[in-house]
Amino acid sequence: MIGVISLPYPFEREFMQYALWVGLVVGACAPLIGIFLVQKRQALMGDGLGHIAFAGIAAGLLLEVWPVWTALVAAVAGALAIEWLRNRGRATGDLALALFFYGGIALGVVLISRSSTGGLNVLPYLFGSILTVGPDDVRLVIILGLVIIFSLAIIGRALFASLLDEESARVAGLPVVLANTMLSVLAAITVVAAMRIVGILLIAALMVLPVATGRLVARSFRGTIIISVIVGVVSVIVGLAAARQWALAPGGAIVLTTAAIFSLAIVFGGERSRARLTNRLPTTNH
Amino acid sequence: MTPTPPPPILSAAAASFSYGSETVVDRVSFAVGAGEFVALVGPNGSGKSTLLRLLLGLLRPESGSTTCFGVDPRQLTERARVGYVPQRSILGLELPATVSEVVATGRLARSGWWRRLKAPDHRAIEHAIESVGLAEQRKRPVRELSGGQQQRVLIARAMAGDPELLILDEPVAGVDVESQKQFRDTLVHAVNAHRATVFLVSHELGAVANDLDRVIVMKRKIVFDGTPAELVASGVDLGVPADALPRWLEGLT
Repeated sequence: MIGVISLPYPFEREFMQYALWVGLVVGACAPLIGIFLVQKRQALMGDGLGHIAFAGIAAGLLLEVWPVWTALVAAVAGALAIEWLRNRGRATGDLALALFFYGGIALGVVLISRSSTGGLNVLPYLFGSILTVGPDDVRLVIILGLVIIFSLAIIGRALFASLLDEESARVAGLPVVLANTMLSVLAAITVVAAMRIVGILLIAALMVLPVATGRLVARSFRGTIIISVIVGVVSVIVGLAAARQWALAPGGAIVLTTAAIFSLAIVFGGERSRARLTNRLPTTNH
Repeated sequence: MTPTPPPPILSAAAASFSYGSETVVDRVSFAVGAGEFVALVGPNGSGKSTLLRLLLGLLRPESGSTTCFGVDPRQLTERARVGYVPQRSILGLELPATVSEVVATGRLARSGWWRRLKAPDHRAIEHAIESVGLAEQRKRPVRELSGGQQQRVLIARAMAGDPELLILDEPVAGVDVESQKQFRDTLVHAVNAHRATVFLVSHELGAVANDLDRVIVMKRKIVFDGTPAELVASGVDLGVPADALPRWLEGLT
């Protein structure tokens, strides 16, 4: 169903093309979600949802269900629970997250210790892997990517307005709670889509580092989106190529590429960019 | 002296609110009619920001009630009828966003937040930007503008939805003289050309003092409600030391 097309080295082989299709979707979607998370000071949300997805993977391995499904269920349920806690005001931002994040990884560890196959099967999910990506992954990730982009096309404007100024967004009758909840669920979906290639441990980096570059260089929100997505996609292509060439872990290669681009942006981004990085809040005087 | 007032755009009926045991809004009643240009003034801590939040539906009165366009503000469905200008410090300015992008968010209540903006929406956004004198800056990031210009961006954002009621919270605090003048012209334009009702909360009003129809002085309760001329004539005692008198009085005398 997903055929091999003619591409130059290092993407000429079927397994590399599977990784490439998944990688392109993830390279575009992770920064799209990351832009909003970074602005909400929830840059580490991706990490936390990864921890929760880890429990889902462990459950899948134990129950002998495709772990991507169980990870998706766990991450989305975790995202909804975190938003619910936040809206109830029962736990402040950090502490609500800590409960789920550490609970998630602890549950994962416990479940894996019960699994007959031991912990080895979980490694590709933790660090990302090219070889284990199959046509099922490609199909699912493309669907997840479409869900993310379609959802953002609907909710993105309200989300942007509420990031700028939540109180005015409420006065304007914009669906602030719905937008926040959707953002968390979309972040969970992104984490699951990304984990096969980048690995759970490095997902948050792909959500945050391209955005950091975009914010440094761009002068508009639209520009931030475009630059962040380009950086994400380029990082995936370069990282996968490097992984093939030198037999590296793909997640590490991708994230190191993103980090390198960010570093270049700091060095060559001009005086203004450097000033922006060190002086992020020039006008808050209250 | 005043003719029979039209049905109120904004009203409070014995509205009260407390933080803990401290009552900050104490049985406040008033009504603002269509087309009025009203300032709610009082010293810091006089409860005016809390009253504003009650009128916007962001807080619920403990007793009494508030209305906006004749209904409980939390039940108001046509939110585009209200344009809200918050204090400037509220903006999330680290985000790279241009003047046009920020002002466009003010159109969402009118255009529908789930839809793409259409040609008439873009015209309204452009018009709002021009009306605050920022046409040249429309592509610039808001974070690079001066405080006064940022304030004008927020006013343009509120105007972009073609509101019938404009509510402003401390709009001239810490704003330069040029922006104050621009601000006055924008508000007068809103009142005259768009027939908007303007409700302004502030402790300094120098720039618009001569254009107001009405001043409400609040110190947890309403201590004065009348025209600026009546306020001057009545010699109302604001109950604050002379050096803490709101600066807007300077514009009246």
